[in-house]
Amino acid sequence: MVSVNKRITEELRAEAGRLLESGEIAAFLGYCRGSLPYAPRPFVARTAKDAERLIWNSFCVINLANYIPGLLQELDSEHGAGDEISGPKVGVVATGCWSRNIVIQIQEQRFTRERVLIIGVSSRGMVDRKRLHSAVDGMEITGIEEEDHIITLMAGGEGIEVPRWNLIRDNCRTCTRPDPVFFDEMIGEPQGERSIAEPFSQVEEIESLTPDERWEWFQQEISSCIRCYACRNACPLCYCSTCFVDDSRPQWVGKSLNATDTALFHILRAFHCAGRCTDCGTCESVCPMGIKMRLLTKKLQKDLLELYDFEPGLDLETPLPLSTYRQDDPDLDIVSEPAEQDGVRPSRKGG
Amino acid sequence: MDPDARKLLKTDWSHLLSILEERTDEMLILAPSLNEKGLVDWARFRAGERPVLERGLPLNSVKRFCFPQPEELFLFSCRPAEPGAFRLQEPARLEKNTVLFGVRPCDARSIELNRLPYEHDPYFNSRLESLMVIGIPCRETCSTCFCTWTGGGPQGTDGMDAAVWEYDEGVVVQLLSEKGEKFFSSLSATLLSREEFESLFASSFGNLSEDVQNPADLMKQKPLLSCYDAPFWQRVADSCINCGVCTFLCPTCYCFDIQDERLGGQGRRIRYWDSCMFPLFTQHASGHNPRGRKVQRVRNRFMHKLKYFPDRFGPLSCVGCGRCIRECPVNIDIREVLRDLLQVPGEESDS
Repeated sequence: MVSVNKRITEELRAEAGRLLESGEIAAFLGYCRGSLPYAPRPFVARTAKDAERLIWNSFCVINLANYIPGLLQELDSEHGAGDEISGPKVGVVATGCWSRNIVIQIQEQRFTRERVLIIGVSSRGMVDRKRLHSAVDGMEITGIEEEDHIITLMAGGEGIEVPRWNLIRDNCRTCTRPDPVFFDEMIGEPQGERSIAEPFSQVEEIESLTPDERWEWFQQEISSCIRCYACRNACPLCYCSTCFVDDSRPQWVGKSLNATDTALFHILRAFHCAGRCTDCGTCESVCPMGIKMRLLTKKLQKDLLELYDFEPGLDLETPLPLSTYRQDDPDLDIVSEPAEQDGVRPSRKGG
Repeated sequence: MDPDARKLLKTDWSHLLSILEERTDEMLILAPSLNEKGLVDWARFRAGERPVLERGLPLNSVKRFCFPQPEELFLFSCRPAEPGAFRLQEPARLEKNTVLFGVRPCDARSIELNRLPYEHDPYFNSRLESLMVIGIPCRETCSTCFCTWTGGGPQGTDGMDAAVWEYDEGVVVQLLSEKGEKFFSSLSATLLSREEFESLFASSFGNLSEDVQNPADLMKQKPLLSCYDAPFWQRVADSCINCGVCTFLCPTCYCFDIQDERLGGQGRRIRYWDSCMFPLFTQHASGHNPRGRKVQRVRNRFMHKLKYFPDRFGPLSCVGCGRCIRECPVNIDIREVLRDLLQVPGEESDS
């Protein structure tokens, strides 16, 4: 019995190859084998022959939507720019969350609908690299065999079988929409919406702490940050032409390692994603230091759901709530929210 | 392994650690340790704890100990006219010497390589003077290790003041510098003859082949422009997200930027790590950016390490530690780039 991901790989190769051969698309964004067994490589196929290298497995953790605007620019310079609609087209493989990010990108006018051809694939959940390494107690993983429900890790000269679901990332475990919501073609079977009993349990755990404890959690969590900005750069939502951390006039954030600066970076990064984040988990997957910054955006996702009953990227028509004004928007009592601590109400000083 | 050590000794592990324990007050001793996220990183060595030496390289390299993030260059007053204010002031320097215990040969060698561009740098050199490096040779290599491709080796001692390694009955201590000799002056140990050392070494490491290659000379012969214009750069750039993981974790990436930070009436001039992956790295005040495109930035990182640096200083600016390969979110592998560069046709000498 051929595994689901192997079947998807075969069909993806065939379809991407056909699209490239026919000239419908100028490039196809997918994954190819990497040099490490647990690290497939985001890859641009430009010819039908390239498409034979495409793969699909449980290690495709980088949201490919992030690459689309840059690739379209490259293609414009390679092929000569067409207009916004008739320019060269990019094909891309997309799961539930990735397809929602493509919707948001189109809504935010990063590119037009006409310039992407989306091949949808239902995601069975992607593997958390840190979980993978702890499954073999930090031993080096020299090979991986993947079946539908078992992943065999070659480490220390033997094969260690691990139930696949045990290795899956937190965001995928709580994902309710594994199927692509927006696509041109679909490969493989959809799974339907999943119902998750407590999708925000990780957030609720932190919400139950006192403000001081929460701050302590946050400070501890980001204490090892090296400010490499992998979380920012891997995120399809982060595309400001000059990021606030790179601004120098005025300079909002210090450049080196300082607890306040690092905290400011993470807080502002998260807030910039409010109402737009699809919980694709890429930020957390790419962090070399294992920082769980995704919990910040997850909290904002929860707020969005509670306040606006809104999930981003489900269709092209519904406007993003934080960039639109409606008369019936919830009237948040932000300013006068009592933040009493030890019976003392903080006073607001002018100036 | 350097047989030209000043002294070759054998002792036992607990006695060796007790020497470190005795010094924890007068010196800052750092060793690989598991952090709260279960990752190996540098941490203060505490009496009674055994350094974590069996789980591969620490996440962060040793570069921060000579090239801290940030380095304070000087302090200044923003209100020098006020009574008692200073104009400029030296920042507080390290009060204690720093000892790094358990440094792998690649990391130790990186200090030697970084000394080349920092030859006349007072900040780097004063930190190096107060740094003591106790190395530990490698018995096995990871799949991401490639020190032997870069002119180093798993038992190399470049950059170490002392090297220690376990054998069946105890620990061998090689004292390689005056600092090393001084540090271990109170060690009660048996002096080893050259012959005894060599036979212990052979029985401990003899099965490890050490076929060291140094492609630096080959790279020096490659014509600069053919490397620069090589066709594979776009392919590497296709995957890259231009984050700073590789540069910040790399032991031999040494680029910095300088900035003044002000807080209230005082300020400090700092130099802090910069990354050639970031657009700001080459952004001109005019707004022009000579490396405005991702492909240009990606190319620069590898050209600097594998071509410009050897052209200028001799060796590659890479020690083969493999951190960039291991932690790259998109599996860009410098070994493939090196292989591709070595394929670039050479040129008959035209001088």
